[in-house]
Amino acid sequence: MSAPYDVESGDAVHPGHPVQVDRYTVGARINHWITAISLILLAISGLALFHPSLFFLTGLFGGGQMTRTLHPWIGVVLFFSFTGMFFRFWKANLWKSEDGTWMRRIRDVIAGHEEKLPELGKYNAGQKLVFWGMSFLIVVLIASGVVIWNAYFSTFTSIGQQRVALLVHAVAAVAIICVWIIHVYAAIWVKGTISAMTRGQVTGGWAWRHHRKWLRELVSRKPPGNSGTRGTPAE
Amino acid sequence: MFPPIPNPPVTATPAKLGDNDLIRRSASNLRVPVEFKEPVAKLIDVSKCIGCKACQAACLEWNELHEEIGTFNGSYTNPPDLTENSLTLMRFTEWVNPETDNLEWLIRKDGCMHCADPGCLKACPAPGAIVQYSNGIVDFDHDKCIGCGYCVKGCPFNIPRISKTDHKAYKCTLCSDRVAVGQGPACQKACPTQAIVFGTKAQMKEWAEGRITDLKSRGYKNAGLYDPPGVGGTHVMYVLQHADQPSLYAGLPDNPRISRIVEAWKGVTKYVGLGVIGFAAVAGALHYLVAGANKVTPEDEANAEKLTGGGRS
Repeated sequence: MSAPYDVESGDAVHPGHPVQVDRYTVGARINHWITAISLILLAISGLALFHPSLFFLTGLFGGGQMTRTLHPWIGVVLFFSFTGMFFRFWKANLWKSEDGTWMRRIRDVIAGHEEKLPELGKYNAGQKLVFWGMSFLIVVLIASGVVIWNAYFSTFTSIGQQRVALLVHAVAAVAIICVWIIHVYAAIWVKGTISAMTRGQVTGGWAWRHHRKWLRELVSRKPPGNSGTRGTPAE
Repeated sequence: MFPPIPNPPVTATPAKLGDNDLIRRSASNLRVPVEFKEPVAKLIDVSKCIGCKACQAACLEWNELHEEIGTFNGSYTNPPDLTENSLTLMRFTEWVNPETDNLEWLIRKDGCMHCADPGCLKACPAPGAIVQYSNGIVDFDHDKCIGCGYCVKGCPFNIPRISKTDHKAYKCTLCSDRVAVGQGPACQKACPTQAIVFGTKAQMKEWAEGRITDLKSRGYKNAGLYDPPGVGGTHVMYVLQHADQPSLYAGLPDNPRISRIVEAWKGVTKYVGLGVIGFAAVAGALHYLVAGANKVTPEDEANAEKLTGGGRS
């Protein structure tokens, strides 16, 4: 039996009270944490060099020279870390017909009327847009960032090309910070989400409410009562 | 002959240029000083240059710099480009004038032009790393430089160089330390033909007029002064035999100005960018206040338990 497109390795249901659902493996979570910390450090150090009123933030990295030195290296860490996440998550983020419906009913999404939305797989259209938006912007940022990485790559491009890269890098950075704000806000707004990032699990109710199709797939794949060794204490 | 600048007194002279004379400071808001110094300028008369490189040597001497011994690569231009040590460089161009069929040896002393509208300063993210004095000198403060190379991208003349040793930006200072005590720059002092003269900008323009008249009388009908308005004029100016084609002189820009891309990056992007980020954060906070948290209900949990064959545990 072939797994549905959105069921990722490690996803599993544990019946109980409440039902627990494994959403992210420990590898995926470590991968996400490295990416998240890198992105925050990059945003702080990048903003410090972006606007004079934020230059004081360079103090967090040991001064202007250190900020200038570290920022691109953190970018390299983020690029490879995100590449790992990309190959973990890309398949489950493919666009499906229900995603179009979700987008058309964005007003209900914002108002929290999830009963008016179609049943969704592991990710909703908003999460998929965050995924693809991050993927696109990180490619743009690493490419433009290498061009303006003065210490090692200044001789490979013309000054005219470097000027374009500076502008592209700044615009893409603003965009990715906005995507990050949406991503973090959604995790705060939708209660019960943070545990997916910390412990890798969500409750069955959370999965029922937000990703019912995915929950049904998991249940039908693994009949209840045969859910392996990781039972919840309530059992 | 332009009257030479007298030698300095042997007693210590207090510097006449200080923080109170700054009219621009990179990445900072600055109160403009009440008292303005007379704008100064260096005039480089290309038609009088004999290519001796005394200016290059004097620059290294005064600034206590040492250029690495390089290799000969077919041109008198040596080193082949400006470096963090060679703050000035004689660029040699051999050009056949199509009108006269004469070979003309165009020797331009390259280096910082000290723009009135300095692209390096506007691009710099480090507060105070680049300053502009009210007399027109644009100077780098290396203690504050972070080595990002933004000045290199901001400069319309491709002048600053980043040191591979200390990762800081270097360029001609117009010998601000000498000018501060009433002297002219070292290159001007060393020039044997007065191809380089130094004084107030008004004096230099007047002196250039005389030179241009002389050149025109000798058949250089396009002789003129290079003081490009696109960067607000410069405090290093050239007298060119062919002022209609500055690019003949080893690629001197015909119409230099701060790149529009740099202006967009340092202008609208900076303000709109922070605005958009702020808007996203505020919109999130407001949404939370208005819509409230999106909570999982007990019914949701019950439904999930039913789906997984609940009640059995």
